Amino acid sequence: MSERADMTRVQTRQQAAQRGQWRRLPLIENPRLRWGLAIGAVIYLVLALASVEVNWARVAEGAGRAVNFLGAFMQPDFISRYDDIVAGLLESLTMTLTSTVVGVLLAIPVGLGAARNISPLPIYFICRAIIAVSRTFQEIIIAILFVVMFGFGPLAGMITLAFATIGFMAKLLAEDIEDLDWRQVEAVRATGASWWQTMNHAVQPQVMPRLIGLSVYRLDINFRESSVIGIVGAGGIGATLNTSLSRYEYDTSAAILLIIIAIVLLCEYSSSHVRRWTQ
Amino acid sequence: MLTLSGVGKRYPTGDRALTDIELTLPKGQVMALIGPSGAGKSTLIRCVNRLVEPTQGSIRLEGTELTKLSGQKLRQARRSMGMIFQEYALVDRLTVMENVLSGQLGYVGFWRSFLRRYPQEAVVEAFRLLERVGLPHAIDKRADALSGGQRQRVGIARALLQSPKLLLVDEPTASLDPKTSRQIMRLIRELCAERDLAAIINIHDVALAQQFADRIVGLRAGQIVFDGLPSELTSEMLTTIYGEEDWDTTPEPLDDEADDSEASSYQRGLPTMAAGSAR
Repeated sequence: MSERADMTRVQTRQQAAQRGQWRRLPLIENPRLRWGLAIGAVIYLVLALASVEVNWARVAEGAGRAVNFLGAFMQPDFISRYDDIVAGLLESLTMTLTSTVVGVLLAIPVGLGAARNISPLPIYFICRAIIAVSRTFQEIIIAILFVVMFGFGPLAGMITLAFATIGFMAKLLAEDIEDLDWRQVEAVRATGASWWQTMNHAVQPQVMPRLIGLSVYRLDINFRESSVIGIVGAGGIGATLNTSLSRYEYDTSAAILLIIIAIVLLCEYSSSHVRRWTQ
Repeated sequence: MLTLSGVGKRYPTGDRALTDIELTLPKGQVMALIGPSGAGKSTLIRCVNRLVEPTQGSIRLEGTELTKLSGQKLRQARRSMGMIFQEYALVDRLTVMENVLSGQLGYVGFWRSFLRRYPQEAVVEAFRLLERVGLPHAIDKRADALSGGQRQRVGIARALLQSPKLLLVDEPTASLDPKTSRQIMRLIRELCAERDLAAIINIHDVALAQQFADRIVGLRAGQIVFDGLPSELTSEMLTTIYGEEDWDTTPEPLDDEADDSEASSYQRGLPTMAAGSAR
């Protein structure tokens, strides 16, 4: 029945096209459904916006504090907490580097296992499960868990970031492997190469530029995350920032935020540079 | 030397790619395998070196049953079958020398290949082969820096470094211009004669097949419909293999006059379009 309707629709479109009348096919064929969905989405958006309460008195009160805070930014104080800031920064950078290296090293086997085209089904499921677990939880939640397990300080932070890195890197690596040029793999297999030799000669050359690029990108992400998870007690510059905020030393906080901005900019610039170079 | 008996392949999707293939290839014979796209030519040669698993029948190479092999034994069998690919299948990001030396992967252990410490004799032989195919100057170039014909020469050197007894050649000229196609076919032909190699060559270009092969096998819908000398391949036979077509007017691919007349007839056929595009 519907097949016949399709046929007639195709015919009417063909006849219209013959007369020079042609319109693009709509995404959703049924006009009632199409307009219903669009109008429904607009109504929901309006209702949702209307339901958000704004306490204007509270906003006015907070505006004064915001002005204080912004004022402090005009005169950041790098000096009076200099030692704390340096210690926090060093801790953060150590955490960033070690967690990235450990995370990437652990992500490579997981990523190989999670690529459907090169690994057997049971291993694929195990590795995909590891990735799913690692990616489900946001860094802060993992950090809270590891702070409980290992106590305050950079160890918890390092493990958190390494754990998050595994999910991120392994997933992207696995997807890259699934997209690779299979002819090159076939050619190397046809020479009588073993599985490991095939990985080294056919897969690695194809994924290496992306792996390096992603590792540098992850280094950059890990630095940013390290300053956030410090707030929940995982050490690093975030902990220093949190302390200064709770002491109302906004000028020191401002100095720390400026340093973080500078380092993130530097990381971003160098990582995009490295990625361009490895292509 | 190579005997296929009762070989069949059914893909998991239910498509029957090959049915009851009976084929014997004596030592030193160059056999061209022709047939329309989807007839099973690629599947057939991939069944021989088990890049595709045949579902029925037996394939014997010098007394060894190939269909039962696995692991180490399969890798050893693959060493004696060099494969040359359509679109070359070189590993793009490796150098020419690394690509040629990957023909040794079946002979050396993982760590030697990982560190690229190939035995001296292998390096000598690899360089000699590169000289033979005319590319000694390109050893340190990346494979993707070469032209199509040059890449196919590297592919041939890689296959020969395996010291094969049999060459499996899959559409060697499909992405090459007519002149380079002939040069590549002539090179394969010469090398087979020098080393007394048998070869199965999948090829679309019937004229090239007739010129360079000792024997032609026609495949249609997974079954052998022709097996004979190049001179026995008549228009009627081509119709049996490929289906109805006016074979006599097929222009000779390399013949300059034929090329010209084809181009002019094209223009004559579409005068208004040509004029339109010129304006």
